[in-house]
Amino acid sequence: MHIRRHGAALLCAAIAAGLLAGCAKRSSEPLVGVFMPLTGPTADFGLTTRDGIQLAVDEINAAGGINGKPMKLVIEDDRGIPAEARTAVTKLVDQSGVVALLGDVASSNSLAAAPVAQMRKIPMISPSSTNPEVTRAGDNIFRVCFIDPFQGYVMARFAAEHLNAKTAAVLWDNGSDYSTGLAEVFKEEFPKMGGKIVCDVVFRAGDIDFSSQLTKIRATNPDVIYVPGYYTEVALIGRKARELGITVPMMGGDGWTSASLIERAGNSLEGCYHSDHYSADSDEPHVRKFVQSFTKRYGHAPNSLAALGYDAAWILAEAMRRSEDLEPASIRKQIAQTKDYPAVTGKITINPERNAEKSAVVLQIRGKAVHYVTTIEPRK
Amino acid sequence: MLRGGKALLVLGLLLLLQLTVDPNHYVSRVLLLSCFSVMLAVSLNIINGYAGQFSIGHAGFYAVGAYTGASLSHFGREWMEASLGLASFPAWLADSAVLLAAVVAGSVAAAVAGFIVGLPSLRLRGDYLAIATLGFGELIRVIFINIDRVGGARGFSIAPINSIFWIGLFTVGIVWLSRNLLNSRQGRALQALRDDETAASVLGINITSYKVMAFVLSAAMAGCAGALYAHFDGYLQPDSFNFIRSIEIIIMVVLGGLGSTTGAVIAAVVLTVLPETLREFADYRMVIYSALLVICMLVRPQGLLGTSEFSWASLRSRGKETGGGLA
Repeated sequence: MHIRRHGAALLCAAIAAGLLAGCAKRSSEPLVGVFMPLTGPTADFGLTTRDGIQLAVDEINAAGGINGKPMKLVIEDDRGIPAEARTAVTKLVDQSGVVALLGDVASSNSLAAAPVAQMRKIPMISPSSTNPEVTRAGDNIFRVCFIDPFQGYVMARFAAEHLNAKTAAVLWDNGSDYSTGLAEVFKEEFPKMGGKIVCDVVFRAGDIDFSSQLTKIRATNPDVIYVPGYYTEVALIGRKARELGITVPMMGGDGWTSASLIERAGNSLEGCYHSDHYSADSDEPHVRKFVQSFTKRYGHAPNSLAALGYDAAWILAEAMRRSEDLEPASIRKQIAQTKDYPAVTGKITINPERNAEKSAVVLQIRGKAVHYVTTIEPRK
Repeated sequence: MLRGGKALLVLGLLLLLQLTVDPNHYVSRVLLLSCFSVMLAVSLNIINGYAGQFSIGHAGFYAVGAYTGASLSHFGREWMEASLGLASFPAWLADSAVLLAAVVAGSVAAAVAGFIVGLPSLRLRGDYLAIATLGFGELIRVIFINIDRVGGARGFSIAPINSIFWIGLFTVGIVWLSRNLLNSRQGRALQALRDDETAASVLGINITSYKVMAFVLSAAMAGCAGALYAHFDGYLQPDSFNFIRSIEIIIMVVLGGLGSTTGAVIAAVVLTVLPETLREFADYRMVIYSALLVICMLVRPQGLLGTSEFSWASLRSRGKETGGGLA
């Protein structure tokens, strides 16, 4: 009985000590908080982004850091859970005393965390949360990726101008906000460019049989099929479409970006197109340098999440270098003034809504790899 | 167990905390998150511990409460301000009124859901009931993903009302209620049907109504926690109420000792705070957390407290036996 009681008391004391340990004190070196899913089902996204950020920070520090001071990262895992992302940001701000935040990958986690950053007036840059709502949390919240609807516009223009498509079918996931955003804009923009939507059908993430949707599409005989979904379903849709004798190209968004897409789809997506944040086979020198150093360090080519993490860290570092006192308020001001920054994912200008205005690339699947086709600039 | 003086003490303490502590600070946030875990674990303990039914869809009730409460305050606040004259009240009073209305709505909605799930539990036992409740939890999540008015998969943002006082009060209230239930007529009936349904029904216990009662009561408590949580974070996302969340609550109940409210409280706090204190270990955090769980269950398969309960009276008598100790 005694042991049990003392054990409980000890446990409580240990927990309290753990929570209170290291209360916020701002160190002389500028601390930057990173919150990402490093464990859990979406850990892959967080780990890749973190690798990109880490590479950027090492380069920044090798080049003299922030006006002579090294930039230091405090990295916290949020397991991909919105409430935990919020806790992680609260911890970074209250306990670690960070002057800026980088995160999160998934929009739902960024949406949960952004109000805390806004309340505490700490600038936050999301590398890859594409939901338009994220930056509406307040004037401290930025992003370096384009927002979802832009990809719908990009593929509408690509279909109309490069593929000379006159008719299109849209097959989208009405349970996913991402897919809905892309599909809606595509359906709005494509007719404006002289095209016609001849078939509009939906599926659900987790579906495995798409024959009824694809049979409907086959009956309307479109020039292209727009499938803004994630790679798991896209691979199945590709296989089924070819099985049904549909040969027209399919197009998608960055949800197609996965090493396993081609593996799962076999050669059924040969010649298909999708929009993305950047292309690893660009010949611009700064992109090649990034791809080379990333590949050398981690043993594989960087995907767009790594590239966006890298860009977010560099844009933050540049803003910190320009800020007079390394205080969150002046860093925030400088991030907002980012203009034509030559990032590896395209030239980035932060607009008044704190979103990145930048170009998107269109990639084509050929053989076992994706190849760069063209760049589509933001609408003026 | 809580009478006059102690109740006043709790109220005073909570009021003091409300007035002096920043509810958005990291330490307060973690402790308030523990309060939600406590409410969830203690309420699930009524079904799984007291009544011996195996429910693994508790996050579903939590979600019903959260979304109902959030919808009421998001869509109904304007109406409440206009028709009840809330706008002329001081801000804290108006906020409290909205929060309480949300808690009531959340609890009632969850209780209705509990009634609906409780009904099949009359026929189903063990694994079969577990699957049915699991299905219920997933069903709720998918329903909210498909309701566009509450944000669907994007999540639902509402104006937060973060109140240490109310969260604390409801936590204490739920623990108190659950603890008092244990030795009441109803509590004993639940334990009797847990130990042997046939014997219990021979003794004249209405198995049907008691099982449904356990589900309704437990769901209402989880719904209350959900409504408070919705206003605590101001952001809900259906995937936060998934199967894994339900499992986390079960782990709290089992680790604390099935049937022990005290155990559920301790385990809920420990399992909420532990991942935070383990942040020091960075990448190994969840490995250590899981390893600790395994070790706990190996060393104490009956849970931290087994079925025993903490009470002031036993503490006092124990103190006397050992010649003082805790004054």
